[in-house]
Amino acid sequence: MHDLSIAQMAEGLREKRFSSVELTQHFLDRIASLDERYNSFISVCGDEALAAAQAADAVLAGGEGGPLTGIPIAHKDIFCTSGLRTSCASRMLDNFVPPYDATVVDKLRRAGSVNLGKTNMDEFAMGSSNESSFYGAVKNPWDASRVPGGSSGGSAAAVAARLVPAATGTDTGGSIRQPAALCGITGLKPTYGRVSRLGMIAFASSLDQGGPMARSAEDCAWLLQAMAGHDPLDSTSAAEAVPDYSASLEQSLEGLRIGLPKEYFGEGLDEQTAVRVRAALDELEKLGATLVEVSLAHSELAIPTYYIIAPAEASTNLSRYDGVRYGYRCEAPEDLYDLYTRTRDEGFGDEVKRRILVGTYALSAGYYDAYYKKAQQARRLIKQGFDACFEQVDVIAGPTTPGPAFGLGAKTGDPVAMYLEDVYTLAVNLAGLPALSLPAGLVDDLPVGLQLIGRHFDEARLLNIGHRFQQATDWHRMTPPGGAA
Amino acid sequence: MSIEQDEIEKIAALARIRVGEEQMGDLSRRLSEILDMVEQLQAVDTSGVEPMAHPLDATATLRADAVTETDRRAEFQAIAPAVEDGLYLVPKVIE
Repeated sequence: MHDLSIAQMAEGLREKRFSSVELTQHFLDRIASLDERYNSFISVCGDEALAAAQAADAVLAGGEGGPLTGIPIAHKDIFCTSGLRTSCASRMLDNFVPPYDATVVDKLRRAGSVNLGKTNMDEFAMGSSNESSFYGAVKNPWDASRVPGGSSGGSAAAVAARLVPAATGTDTGGSIRQPAALCGITGLKPTYGRVSRLGMIAFASSLDQGGPMARSAEDCAWLLQAMAGHDPLDSTSAAEAVPDYSASLEQSLEGLRIGLPKEYFGEGLDEQTAVRVRAALDELEKLGATLVEVSLAHSELAIPTYYIIAPAEASTNLSRYDGVRYGYRCEAPEDLYDLYTRTRDEGFGDEVKRRILVGTYALSAGYYDAYYKKAQQARRLIKQGFDACFEQVDVIAGPTTPGPAFGLGAKTGDPVAMYLEDVYTLAVNLAGLPALSLPAGLVDDLPVGLQLIGRHFDEARLLNIGHRFQQATDWHRMTPPGGAA
Repeated sequence: MSIEQDEIEKIAALARIRVGEEQMGDLSRRLSEILDMVEQLQAVDTSGVEPMAHPLDATATLRADAVTETDRRAEFQAIAPAVEDGLYLVPKVIE
C-alpha cells in the first residue's frame, strides 16, 4: 500500500479497495515500527489522524471529496498546527502549542488530507544536514550513517522511507530541494509568494517559501494545487491565478529549450554526480528538449549574498523570542535584560545564535552599507543574471547538490563548509524563482538530484518536465535498501 | 578579517544573547570565517545598482479598514510563561 502514488491511493479509496482509516493506520504502523531508525518525526498525532481519516471515509462514501481526500500527509514542524505542538526543532518552542493553523495546514486539511504528524528539521530551518535539531539528527534512509540533507530533512527521510506519501517543506536557500535530492525524492520550491507564509515560522522573510515533497512530480502537482494561492492574511502572497497543475503534466517537451549554466558544471561538482546529471539531461533531450549551454552571470555571488541577507532577516525575525509571550523562559531571571539574554542563550542552539549574531553585525551602525546594502545590490545582479538566461531558454538545469549525502558529523564543526552544500540552490531563492529537484540516479548507492529552475510562476512547466522525465525513467521509484520492508 | 571579543560582546548585547566566556573563542573563530567568506562581495562593482529588497519587487497592498479578527486574548495568554490579571509578567523594570 505504501508504494502507491497519491493518484493510485485516491483511486483505491474511491473504488473502496481500502479505506482512509486503513491507509492511515498502515502509515502510522510504519512510523511506529521504523522511525526509530530515522528520527524523521518530532510529533505523531495518531488519534487525530484516525478521526480525520474516518471523516474522509464518510465524505468518500457519499461520493464527494477531492483528489487528496483521505490521503495521509505530514507537515514540517515549522508550520503552525492549532492545538498540536509546533517546535521548529528548537528548545525555544519545545512547549509551544499554536492557537491557529498555518494557511498551508488549513488548505491541505480542507482538501481532505489527513495529517499524521510533524516532521523533524534543522532548528528554525537553519542548516543543510538536519543535525541542528533540538530533537536529534535525522538519518538518511539510504544509509543511516549519513545526513538526509536539510533543513526539511525529516520530511524528505519520511517520504523516502515510505512512512508517509507526501509532506510539506520550506525552502529558504535549498531546504526542500537539497534534502529531496539526498533522499531520492521529488521536491518543489515554488515561486516566492506562490504559497502563503502565514503560520510558517519565519526565518528570512524575503526568501522563505513553502512547497511539496513527494515521490513524484505528479504527486507534487496534486499537493501544490491545494497549497497555492493568494492569502489575504499574507501581504507577500501573490495574487496571480493558480493554473491546473495536473492538466499540463502530459504536455510534450518538443521545442523546450533547457539552459545548462557552465557555472553549475565546473569545479566543486563531484564527477560521478555530474555523470548522473548529464545522463538525466540526455533523457530530456530524447524527449524532445534542446540543450543549450548558457552562462549565469554573477552566480558566484550567491553564497556571500545569501549569508548576509538570510542572517540579517533572521536576526530581525527571531527577535520576537523574548521569553515573555510564548515559548521558553529561563529560570529565575534577575532583571529584564537577564531574562532576554539568558532565555535566548539557553533557548537557541549554536547555529541559530551564530546567524543571529552575523545578521546583527551586518545590520549594525557602521556596517549596514558595507554588508546589507551591498548584498541587496548583489542580489539584483544575480536576478538580472537569471533574467538574461531566460531570454534564451525556457528552463535552467543542473545538479541540485555538489554530491550525494555526506556523513553525519562530517561538516558540523565547520559552518562555511556546510554553507557550500547549497551552492546550486541559494541563487534561486535570492531571485524568487521556482525550482524542482528530481531523483537522477545513484552514486555509490546514494541518490543525487537534477535541479530544474523556471521563470516566475512557471511551476506547471517544471512539473510537466518532471513528469515526462519520470514516465521515461525509474529513478523516482527506487526504494532505499530495507526502507520499504 | 577577524572579529575581536569586544565587538562580539557589543553585537551579543544588541542581539540580547548572553555569550559565556567559554563560548567566546569558538564564536570569534566561526564568525570570522563567515565574515571572511562574505568579504568577497566587497570586490564587486555595484555602483548604480538599485538594492533589491523583495524578489518580485512588490509593494505593500491595502485592504478595507474593517474588523476581521475576534478577541482571543485568553487563548494567547494561556501559552505565555507567566501572566497575571490579563497582563504578561516580567521582572521589575522600574525601581
